[in-house]
Amino acid sequence: MKCQYCEKPATFHITEITEPSGSQVMHLCEEHARGFLQKEEANPVASIASALAKQLDLGQTKKELEELDRKACPVCGISFFEFRNTGRLGCPFDYSHFASDLTPLMTNIHDAVEHCGKRPRRSAAADKQAQMIQLRREMEEAVEREDYEKASELRDELRRMEQMDEGADAS
Amino acid sequence: MKQTTDFGELATRSGEWMRGTGPESDIVVSSRIRLARNLADFPFIRRCSDEDRISIERTVRAKMEKLEGWKEVHYFDLEQLTEIDRQFLVERQLVSREIADADGARGVAVSPTEQFSVMVNEEDHLRIQVMHSGLDLKSVWTQINSLDDQLESSILYAFHSTFGYLTSCPTNVGTGLRVSVMLHLPALVITRQIEKVFRSMQRINVTVRGLYGEGSQYSGDFYQVSNQTTLGRSETELVELVGDNVVPRIIEYERKARQYLLDEGKQDLHDDVSRSLGILSTAKKISSEETMHYLSKVRLGLNLGLIDDLAVGTINKLFMQTQPAHLQKLQGRLLRSSERNVERATYLQRHLSDAFGD
Repeated sequence: MKCQYCEKPATFHITEITEPSGSQVMHLCEEHARGFLQKEEANPVASIASALAKQLDLGQTKKELEELDRKACPVCGISFFEFRNTGRLGCPFDYSHFASDLTPLMTNIHDAVEHCGKRPRRSAAADKQAQMIQLRREMEEAVEREDYEKASELRDELRRMEQMDEGADAS
Repeated sequence: MKQTTDFGELATRSGEWMRGTGPESDIVVSSRIRLARNLADFPFIRRCSDEDRISIERTVRAKMEKLEGWKEVHYFDLEQLTEIDRQFLVERQLVSREIADADGARGVAVSPTEQFSVMVNEEDHLRIQVMHSGLDLKSVWTQINSLDDQLESSILYAFHSTFGYLTSCPTNVGTGLRVSVMLHLPALVITRQIEKVFRSMQRINVTVRGLYGEGSQYSGDFYQVSNQTTLGRSETELVELVGDNVVPRIIEYERKARQYLLDEGKQDLHDDVSRSLGILSTAKKISSEETMHYLSKVRLGLNLGLIDDLAVGTINKLFMQTQPAHLQKLQGRLLRSSERNVERATYLQRHLSDAFGD
């Protein structure tokens, strides 16, 4: 099957269900599909992101992709596979952990890879914030396996770290 | 900050952005900017446990309560509200449909004039939004920028030196900023040029979305224009892209189309507008789609001077107050769809005849 807009083979088949006239099936080549998916914000952002994320496949071998999919964030535990499928990241640290994998995606979505604009006046000590996210996760896991002693230890540790933040705020 | 569940007062008035004033308000209904922000020490929403969501909601609420000048700000605990009340906030564009339909701890802070709202635990921990009447993006940006500074003084945001403000979805990363201008474009719809105009916009990184009446035979002729990308351009550049580059061009096309309609078929247009007003002020039952369709015609007629004695603000108010949750709040009881159609017709009749003073 050929692409609806050019002579290239249609490799993307997209069903658009937000058209007023009902659903519409699009048969597009890679280039036109890319353009179509990028301009369409009427779809939930999730589907765009996952579609774009799937484009990462292009140019990657199956083995490389499988490896990437297994890669997981040490802080929140999300795997790249899970991100690709939901279009949502798990925690701020993912942007550092998956930085090189996210860069092609950023280019795809924004045609840019670097922020220019406003910066917050205060910056977080990234290590400490990541540690707090990790503690929250460990605490939840402890509750799930009913290890309440561990959970309460972790909670105390979190409270201590939060209070240090509050103290820093006040000064 | 006032914790509240009382909507009585809110239901009878309309937000500042509905006034129908401000630059280009014959075509531009409202200018809105929202910023996506996340707390640095929590996972993003999808990865949050119930307890995390509760902690975020409590932390943010407590910080907002201490902010200077926030005494009169209302806070709605969305988890405690009924579905109708949440729908009511969606209709007023103070919260998104997503947060209204979500589960778990979440809330929204709303300024008394409804110019700003801050959603807590939407897709990102914080979604700050400011909305003004007419084409007024520069002052919207000034307001939201200082609101963001104020929140940032007590909340540590997730920020990355290369990627900027970090968001749960990479489509919002960088500035976290989405500009949305709502336009009323009936003449481009009537003259069938709307598709062509929007196709010409697609190359310049903006998206256009039809509002209201989607999927039905009636349309309110409202379209929303937004920036597509959030990374790599500064906030001011994004505001200028939409506000100085794209929207003025669409306004010009719409004005030309309106002039064309006046030149080529004034009588037909006048007839259409008058009939629409006739239906709105005499119908005994009317659906919300039909209401939008005819109100859109009346709004056009009003802006072209084909009808007088009515204010654009009144029409804007009717658009909002004839929506399902608003009708039910005004009535103070739940209404079935068929009951709403009768109630809507009664409401329109009363307000339109008031406006004409008979």
